[in-house]
Amino acid sequence: MSQFSVIGKPVALIDSAEKTTGSGKYADDLSLPGMLIGKILHSPLPHARIKRIDSSRALAVEGVVCVVIGEDAPNKYGILPVGHDETALAVDKVRYVGDNIACVCAVSESVAEQALELIEVEYEPLPAYFDPEVSMAADSHLIHEHKSHNIEKEYHHVFGDPDRGFAEADHVAEARFIANEVTHAAMEPHSTLAVFQPDPQTGVNNRLTVWSSTQVPYYLQHKLSIVLEMPMSQIRVIKPLVGGGFGGKSEVIPLEIIAAVAARKAVAPVKITYTREEVFWAHRGRPRTIIDLKTGIKNDGRITAVGGKVIQDGGAYCSYGVVTILYSGALLGALYDIPNIRYDGFRVLTNKPACGAMRGHGTVNVRFAFESQLDELALKIGMDPAEIRRRNLLKPPCITVNGLRVQSYGLPECIEQVVRRSGWEKRRGKLGRGRGLGLGCSHYVSGAANSIIRSDMPHSTVNIKIDRDGGVVVYTGASEIGQGSDTMVAQIVAEGLGCKLGRVKVVAADTDLTPIDIGSYSSRVTFMNGNAALRAAEEVKRQIVFAAAKKMGCAPEDVVMRADVVTRRGGPQPEAIAAALVPKSETTVAGRVEGQILRGSVQQKRKEEGPRDWLSFEEAVVAAIDFHGALSGSGSYAPPPEARGGKHKGAGVGPSPAYSYAAQVAEVSVDEETGQVTVHKVWAAHDCGRALNPVSVEGQVIGSVWMGLGQALQEEMVWKDGLLINPGLLEYRSPSAVESPEVESIIVESIDPEGPFGAKEASEGSLAATIPAIANAIYDAVGVRMHEAPFTPERVLAALRAQNLTSRRVDMTEHVNPTAPARFREHGGSLWHKGRGPARHELDPSRTSVK
Amino acid sequence: MKKELIELRVNGRAHELAVEPSELLLDVLRRELQLTGSKRGCDDSSCGACTVLVNGVPMLACTMLAGSCQSEDHEITTIEGVAEHGALNAIQKAYGEWGGAQCGYCTPGFIMTVKALLAHNPEPTDEDIRHALSGNLCRCTGYTQMFQAVKAAVEAEQKGLAAGR
Repeated sequence: MSQFSVIGKPVALIDSAEKTTGSGKYADDLSLPGMLIGKILHSPLPHARIKRIDSSRALAVEGVVCVVIGEDAPNKYGILPVGHDETALAVDKVRYVGDNIACVCAVSESVAEQALELIEVEYEPLPAYFDPEVSMAADSHLIHEHKSHNIEKEYHHVFGDPDRGFAEADHVAEARFIANEVTHAAMEPHSTLAVFQPDPQTGVNNRLTVWSSTQVPYYLQHKLSIVLEMPMSQIRVIKPLVGGGFGGKSEVIPLEIIAAVAARKAVAPVKITYTREEVFWAHRGRPRTIIDLKTGIKNDGRITAVGGKVIQDGGAYCSYGVVTILYSGALLGALYDIPNIRYDGFRVLTNKPACGAMRGHGTVNVRFAFESQLDELALKIGMDPAEIRRRNLLKPPCITVNGLRVQSYGLPECIEQVVRRSGWEKRRGKLGRGRGLGLGCSHYVSGAANSIIRSDMPHSTVNIKIDRDGGVVVYTGASEIGQGSDTMVAQIVAEGLGCKLGRVKVVAADTDLTPIDIGSYSSRVTFMNGNAALRAAEEVKRQIVFAAAKKMGCAPEDVVMRADVVTRRGGPQPEAIAAALVPKSETTVAGRVEGQILRGSVQQKRKEEGPRDWLSFEEAVVAAIDFHGALSGSGSYAPPPEARGGKHKGAGVGPSPAYSYAAQVAEVSVDEETGQVTVHKVWAAHDCGRALNPVSVEGQVIGSVWMGLGQALQEEMVWKDGLLINPGLLEYRSPSAVESPEVESIIVESIDPEGPFGAKEASEGSLAATIPAIANAIYDAVGVRMHEAPFTPERVLAALRAQNLTSRRVDMTEHVNPTAPARFREHGGSLWHKGRGPARHELDPSRTSVK
Repeated sequence: MKKELIELRVNGRAHELAVEPSELLLDVLRRELQLTGSKRGCDDSSCGACTVLVNGVPMLACTMLAGSCQSEDHEITTIEGVAEHGALNAIQKAYGEWGGAQCGYCTPGFIMTVKALLAHNPEPTDEDIRHALSGNLCRCTGYTQMFQAVKAAVEAEQKGLAAGR
C-alpha cells in the first residue's frame, strides 16, 4: 500500500465541475448594477509625441460618462522595481502601434465604440526602431530618454575560464540561431472589473475592489496603490477563474490600471475586456531572440566551454525584460555540467509591444540553440546524441559554475526513458529519408529563489481554519489559472491532516481574505505554496493530535491520522474503520450534528466510557477545539539562503530551490517538395520530483510539449513596420486538434529533499525541449540544420534548397520593399487602423535604408 | 439603434427580450440572460469558445444575430442546459476526470461540440473525434487528454452509466 492516501492518485481538479458546467465565473462573466463598459483608444503610430488630445466630441455622445487620458494617472509603474517605465495611458509619447491613449466609459459597448472614433489626437511622428540590432545603434530619438542606445539592460558574465576552455576543445561549433516572437494567446482575453465603494464608517468613496484576470493579485494590488496613490489596505484584488495565463497575466496589464482609474473618475463600476486583437497588442510574450552560440567539446564528448551572445527584441517597455535576459544566461547552467561559460546578454527596446514572461521564461530560445548545437557536435565526433548528453551530466548534489544549487536531478532517468520508449537506438537514422527522430533536453526552476521585490518576506503563506463542522477551509494566495493550484493545495492539506479531499475547501487569491503569495509564475506554486500549505497543515495537525492523544489515552507521537480517521499506533487500521464508517455517516448526519458538534462535548464525555480506540476526524476536531479553544494554523515558505545563488551582478535570477528536468524524443517526417514538417509522436519524460496529481502532471507536460510544438512549427508574430500582421487566432496559427500529435508523457520522480512530499514544478520545464527535439529530428530526416524557428515550410524549403545546391537559397523577403503598404487590412473589428498604415518619419532608419 | 422585441427559446425556456437588431446571440445570452457559460475567446469565429447548439447543430454564437434564431423554429442549447437532472452529463464528468479541462475557458465550447458529435455519431473513431474538435481551440491541454475524455464518455454512455439511466 502506498504511504499516502490522497496524493499520488489522479483526481479531477476540485473546480472541474464549475468549468464543465459553465457555472464558474471568469472576470468578463461578472457584472455589477450600474456598470459601465470601457473601451480603449490605441495608437496607430509606432513612435510619436502626442501634441493634443481632444475628447470633447466623444464626451458629448449620449451615454458617455467619462474619458480617461494619461494625465488622470501619470505615475509610472512596471512589474520590476528597476523597470518603472510605463503609464497605463500614454503621457506625452506613444511607443508602439497599439499603445494606450484614452479610455471611454459608456453605458454600453456600442456607445463606447462610437465615442472612441470621435476622440481627436494630434501626433508628431518620431523615427521608430523595429530591428533590435538597428535599435542598438541609435543615439537619437530614443524610445526611453534614460536608456542610451535603446538598450534596456546588458549583462556580461564570465564563469570559469572560457578562453582556456575553447583552447582545450577538440571541436568548436559556432552559429547564429534565431527564434521568432511568440505570444501566450490564452483563451480568455484579459478582463478587469473595478469599483469604488464607500468606506462603511466615513462614507468616503475610497475602497477599491478589482476583479481581474491575473496571475499575480498581490503585485496588481501593489501597482494599483502606486498609480492611484492609495494605501494597499484600501485596495482589494479578487482573482476569479482565470482562463489561462502562460505568463501573459503575470504582470499588470494596462487595462487593469485603466479600469480602476476610470471607475474613480466615472464614480461607477467599470469593466474593460480586451478584444482578441487587443490581447495580441498587449502581448508580453516571448521576445524574438538572436543567439550567437559557440560550444567547445573534447573528443570524448565532454563540453569544455560555452559562449553565448543573446540579443532580445524586448519591445517598448521593460516589463520582465531584465529577468528574461538573465534567465537566458543563467539557465545555460543547471542542466549539464559546463565548466566554463561566457554570456553576453542584451535586452533591447524597439517600437513594438513589450515582451515579458512566457512559459519557460528566458530559457526556451537559448535551449533551442544549445541543444541543436550539441547535436551538431555529437555528429561531428560520431557520437549518439543521447550519449553526449549522458557524458555531460551534473553530479548532484552540487553547485554549478554559475552558482545554482542542484539537489534532485532526474535528467539521467528522463533520457533513459525516452530513449527506451521511442526505440531510439534501433530506429534513429534508420527510418528512411524524410523521416527521423530527434532528442532534446531542458529544465526549469521551481520558483525563483529571489523575489522580484527584494525583501525578507516569505514567498507564500497559507492559513487553515477548521470549525466544529469538520470542514477544513484553506486560505491561500496562490492563483489558480488552470494549472491546478487549488487542487494541489487541497491535496497537500488533506494528506497532511489525514482527512479526505472532499472535506477541504479552498479560498484563494483574494487580497482581503488570503495571506500574501507572490503569484503564479516561474512555476513556483507547488513548491512554495505547497510547502506553506504543508506547514500550516502540520501546525493544525499538532493541535488535533494533542487533543486526540488525551482522548485515546496515548502519547501524541502514537497518534495516527489517516483516511479521515484518527487512531493510535498499534490500534485498528484507519482504512478499515473508514470503510465501515461510510454508510453510517451518511444516514445519521442529523444526529451527528446535533449530538456531537453543536451540543458539544460535555454530554458526549458523559456518554463515553474510558479512552477510545479511535476517533472520527470530526470527533478529533471537536476535541481539539474544546481543548485549545480554537483550531487554526499558518505556514509560510521562504527559499533557504543556500539556494539563493552567487554574488555577481545579476546573480539573483536563475537560482531556485529545485529544478525540474525533461527529455524528449520527437518523430517527424519532412515533405521535401513542400517543406512541410509533420510531427508524428513526442515521447516526453519530465522529472517533477513527485507527482502529487498524476493526471495534472501529465496534462501540464503534454500542454508544454504542445506549446513548444506550436513555436517549433507554426506560431510566429509577424511584424511589418511595427504593425502586427497576424493579430487573430486564425492567423496566429496555434495547432488544432488535427495537427496535434500524440504525446506520450512519462513521469519521473526524483523526490526532491525540500519539495512538499518531494514535488517540484511540472508546467514549464518540458516546453524548451520540444523545439530542439523537432529541429534535431528534421536533421535526422533530411540532413538540414534549422537555425530559425518556427520551422515553417518556407524556411525548411529554403534550407533544403541550399543543401541540395540545385538552386540558390531562396530568401522569401529579398527584394521586398519594406516601406509601409498604403492600406492595411481591417481585421476583426479593428478600432484604430482605419485603413491607414503608420506614417513614417523621414529619419526613420528603416526608411532611409531603402534605396 | 432602436431595439426590437425577439423571442428566444434557450434550454427549454422561452424568453422575450428587447435587443438591437445588430445584437449577436452570444452577447444576448451572456448579458441579457446571464448565461455566461458560453465564452468569447476571439472576435472572428476562430476559437469555438462560444459554441452553442441550435436545433442540435453546433453553431458559433459570436457570429449569429440573436434575431435570426427566434423561437418558432430554433431551439438553443447552451452549456447551462447540458447537465442532466442536476447531475453532470457523461461528457462533463469525463472531461473533469481525464484532465480535459485545465483553465476551463474553452471547455463549454468543446463540450457542446462533443455533445453534437456523440448525438449523431455515438461511436466515433479517433479520426472522427480529431476532426470534430478541430474547430475549437484550446491553449492548455494539447488535446490529448480531451481525446481520452471523449473516449471515456463514449464508454460510459455505452455502459449505461450516464446519469439518469
